[in-house]
Order: sequence, then C-alpha cells, then structure tokens
Amino acid sequence: MTSHHDSKGPSSGPLAKTFAALAKDGRKALAPFVTAGDPDLDTTLAVLEALDRAGAAVCELGVPYSDPIADGPVIQASYTRALAAGFTLEKFFEMVRKATGRVKMPILAMVSYSIIYRRGIDRFVDDAAAAGLAGLVVPDLPLEESDVLDVTCKGANLALVRLVTPTTPPERAAEIAKRSTGFLYCVSVAGVTGARTDLPEGLVERVKWLQTKTDVPVLVGFGVSTPEQVKLLSSVADGAIVGSALVRRVGELAAEGPEGVAKGVESYIADLVNAAR
Amino acid sequence: MPSPLSPPLPAGGISQVPDAHGRFGRFGGRYVPETLSAALDQLQAAYDEARADPAFQAELDQLLAAFVGRPLPLLFAKRLTAYAGGAQIWFKREDLSHTGAHKINNTLGQGLLAMRMGKKRIIAETGAGQHGVATATACARFGLDCVVYMGAEDVRRQEPNVRSMRMMGAEVRPVESGSRTLRDAINEAMRDWMGSVETTHYIIGSVVGPHPFPRITRDFQSVIGQETLVFCQQELGRDPDCVVACVGGGSNAAGMFYPLVEHKGIRLVGVEAGGRSSKPGDHAASLSYGNAGILHGSLSYVLQDPDGQTADVHSVSAGLDYPGVGPEHAWWHDTKRVEYTSVTDAEALDAFDLVARREGILPALETSHAIAWAVKEAARRPKEEVIVVCLSGRGDKDAAEIARLRSIENGGAHA
Repeated sequence: MTSHHDSKGPSSGPLAKTFAALAKDGRKALAPFVTAGDPDLDTTLAVLEALDRAGAAVCELGVPYSDPIADGPVIQASYTRALAAGFTLEKFFEMVRKATGRVKMPILAMVSYSIIYRRGIDRFVDDAAAAGLAGLVVPDLPLEESDVLDVTCKGANLALVRLVTPTTPPERAAEIAKRSTGFLYCVSVAGVTGARTDLPEGLVERVKWLQTKTDVPVLVGFGVSTPEQVKLLSSVADGAIVGSALVRRVGELAAEGPEGVAKGVESYIADLVNAAR
Repeated sequence: MPSPLSPPLPAGGISQVPDAHGRFGRFGGRYVPETLSAALDQLQAAYDEARADPAFQAELDQLLAAFVGRPLPLLFAKRLTAYAGGAQIWFKREDLSHTGAHKINNTLGQGLLAMRMGKKRIIAETGAGQHGVATATACARFGLDCVVYMGAEDVRRQEPNVRSMRMMGAEVRPVESGSRTLRDAINEAMRDWMGSVETTHYIIGSVVGPHPFPRITRDFQSVIGQETLVFCQQELGRDPDCVVACVGGGSNAAGMFYPLVEHKGIRLVGVEAGGRSSKPGDHAASLSYGNAGILHGSLSYVLQDPDGQTADVHSVSAGLDYPGVGPEHAWWHDTKRVEYTSVTDAEALDAFDLVARREGILPALETSHAIAWAVKEAARRPKEEVIVVCLSGRGDKDAAEIARLRSIENGGAHA
C-alpha cells in the first residue's frame, strides 16, 4: 500500500499546529518521554500537566510492556514498576482522556505492536483517538509490517511516527522519512534507550540529510539529558526527545507523591525547553 | 545421507514456507526495532548465498559428520515397547550428538554464517543450557567470542551446562529481570544485539524470532527428519506411522517434521509442556492454550493476558519454559498438519524414570514430554505400527534437579 499526498499526516492536526507555532516563534520542540503508570497513573497525570506548564511541545507516553526489547534498563524498570502497580489499558485510556482535556501539548503513545495487535488494530486506534491522543510511535513495527496500522491511523487522523536509526541504509531511511507522519524520530545511536553524555559523530549531517527527505519535522532522541545537548541538537534538528533521563527522575522522586514528582519534573523540563531554540 | 540444506520436497505444498516476508500463512514476519532491520536483511542475504554455495554445504556436512557424529541412528526401544504393550516405539538418537542435543546442528550452521558475514562475536540465549553449550562449542571450534544470556533461575536448574559453557571459554551472563527464565534471556540477548549488531551475530536457539531466524534454524535442524526417513526405509522398509517430538520454541520438532510434512501418511504430533495444570501460569503450552500474538519479533501463538502482556508460564523443564512457539508450528497447527497436545510435569518425570530403567538412557526432561505421550499412545495402537520419538537430548543436565524434586516429593528427605 502506498500513501498519497496525505503522507505527511493530518496537516491540520494538533502536531502540525504545534510545530507551526514553534516555527513562528523561532523555537525548537522539546519532546519528553514518560512512562504511563510509573509509579501510578495519578502521578503520570500530574507529570503530564507539569510538562505542559514547563513548555514541552509534545509528549510521548510510554505504554508499559512486559518484554520491551528496544528499551534499556531505566525504561524497562519503569515498565516493570508500572505493571506491578496494576497498569491496564483501560485505566491508561481513562487517564489519557483526563490529561488531553487539561493540557495543550499533543500526547502520543509509544507502544509495542504486541499490545496493539492483541487488542485489535481497529479497536486500539479507536480507543487512542477517542482518548484524544495525537498519534502513535510503535518502536517494534518496521516499515514492511506497517501498512495496516498506517491506513487505520490515517482513517482516525492519528499520526504514525516512524523511526530512523544509524543502522538504517540510506534508501530505506528516505522511504521511512517519506512515510512518517506527525514528525520523524531520528535515533541518534544504535542500541537501547538510555541517557548518554556526548552526541554521536555524523549526527548533524544525518539530520540535515533526513530533513531533505521529508516535510515533517525531524526530532532526535536516544541519549539526550542536558540543556547543553538540547541546545546543540536544536541548532540542526527540529527538536529533541528526552526519555531515560526524565524517567529516572520520576523514579527517584516517586516517594514524594504526585505533586513532588510534578514539581521536580517541571523545573528540569523548563530548563531543557529554554535550551530548545 | 541427504544434505541438510536441500530437502527433497515437492513444490507448492505445505512445506513451501516462509514467503519472502517470512510468512508461514499469517504467522511469522519481522516485528523488531528498526536498528535490527539491516542486520536481518544482511543475514537473509548471507544465508541465501550460503545455500547456493557448495563449499558452505561441504564444510557443514563435514562438521556434522566428524564433529557432531552424524548420521545418528534409530533405536528400537524394546523394553519400553513391551511396557506400553502396543505399537513399536523407536528413538531417533539426537541425544548422541556431540554436546548431547540437536542444538549443535543449528549453532554450527549459524556459526559458519557469522564468519561469512565477517562477524567475530556471537551472542545467544539459553533455557536448558543445551543451546548455550552448543553455541559455546561452535564458538570454541571456530575461534569466535561468545556471550550466553541465561535466566538466573535456569542457571540454578541447569548448573552442569553452565560449567561446560564456561570451560569452553564462553561468558555466561545470568539474567535477573522478569521471570528469570528463557524469555528474559531472549530479551537480554536482543538488547545486547541492538547495541552490537554491526559486529555481532545473534544465534537464536530455536525456530522463533524475527524472519529469517525461524527458517534458518528449521533448515539447519531438518537433518533430523531427513535421517529419520532414510533410517526408517533401511530398518523397516517403510515410513513410520507416527512421529512425535517435544515443543517449546520448537526447533527439534521443526527439524523432525519439516522433511515429513509432505509425507501425508505420517501422523505428526508435537507435545507441549502441560506443567502443573491447564490454569494460566501453570503451564507453557502456547499452541494448546494460547492466542495469536507477537512475541520476540514474530507473530505466532503466545500466552498473553488480554492487554498483550506476556503471561507467566511454568514447566519442570527449563527448555520448554517459554510463553511462545515458532511461527511454523502455528502454521502447521492451523492447517491441522501437525497435532499439538501436552503432558504434565509429573507425566514427564515418570517417563524419564521409565526410560532410565527400561532402556538405559537418561533423556532430557524436555524430551521426556514426547516420550510420555508416545508411551500412552503406543498402548492404544496395534503392534504393527511404528512410533518414532525424537530423542532430542540427553538428561544428565537434569539429574540433580530431578533428584531435588523427588526429595521434595518425599517430604524433604535427601534422596
């Protein structure tokens, strides 16, 4: 199945509006990732509101999965905690519905295809759209297997954000970039998720090249944790994704309750947002 | 003996899978992070090239003969047959393989492939430790670095194999996450591969995982079924009536069944781990009790909760203690070419005792599941019929664990 001119996704959707507004202000996107249900869904709701107040452009909400092979120890441990605390998809969508009613930043779900497949593709997409999600990121669904979900997401006006990695050959990267909707997720290093200190060599060139292959913004993730890194990335990419560093903070602050976690997260993300320009 | 990579099968039948996308009917495929896509394409290309290369074939054949000890015979289990009192039970002696199980067929083949791809580091997961030992063995033979991921629970249950791996220079990394068994070992191996894929080959131990692994492993194991057909002609002058193998991920069963699936007269039976009971969490029988779902990169039958979270499973046998099964088995299940059933922990333990005492063979606990079914079935079938059991591995590794379980049964007194 090939996509037509709507391959850039819902051009009038919340993501397009968000990126247009940022561009108008001359700013770049800061996109935090946070695990839903870690340590519990009330905390996640408070964190989403804090991220929005801090000026995050868009949020990726990780759906806990029992066997996350793409994720490093920090996110894996957060998934284990969330599942042990009784996370279910029903409670997840209920929390997302509340959150999308309160925040202005678009929220996407980062979710394993195992979970989508088991619920049923139509049902999962319907539930996601009804809860107000702006799109899906499915890290274990490569191009070749994605036609059905692609069409279903388009029908529901959900973005399907795709990932390009350093091991992706150029022709394939170009095809992925072309078919990504909402934005393109550029993975900075081969490997699992986790905070790293330096930006890898060749990243700047790769991001610039990818931008010529797609009309959607290119965001860089994997290993981003400091304002310096965000600043560096913002000079070339359209935004930065912060994952493990934030998940670790949530884990460390968990004992302080939803408000304590939200407060700590808000100041951390606000600093990163300031650097994203 | 026929060569393992060129099975004499008719075109257009049930054996003509997978397709170019790794599909066995609706099952299989490739559900992995983008980071691994290029490596899987490279593996597929290297494998296709190797299959077409007579030198590759010759090197593998030579290793299977002089290193593994193939071909491996068919043995009439005379006293077990007398015990069952019906059909004849024959053992296909994969337990006589160097390293004591069929796993070595696959690790030698994939080790040669890794070298063709210029990769010097090998990773593997292991449950019972048989695949870990077979990988460590191939790496020692080929001079490759070897890291084996093994669930901490399995490190305890299969200690003799851990020792063997370390003696052959492999690094064994115990995995403490999740259920600390085979499934978690696969997760950790995949995570390692995500960061090392450009220099490392992952030798997956069963017919599971993303395309092209299920096909490659099946092909390297098909020597089991090919030899079975040849020996049945030699010993019996005909095909067997029924062939049975245990199924966890399903590699010995796939290697046994694949060359037989077009022989419509042969009844094929896969035996899963029935554990303590048919309640969720008490067994590891994905085909008997599971649903279609995705685990470790392919679509097959899996044991999951309604949200898609992988369920806890149980089996007395570490090698069958896995919540999924190879996609080709799902295909054979849905096309009804192979029957899948299960036997309990207790039945498997009894079969182990029976074969130890009546045949002088300690079978692996995995294999004991297939034997348990064969003994029950033989009792119901006429004496002219022949049941071949794939005796996939030897049970020395299980002796200590069985003694421990028996001593718990006997009220904690040391056996």
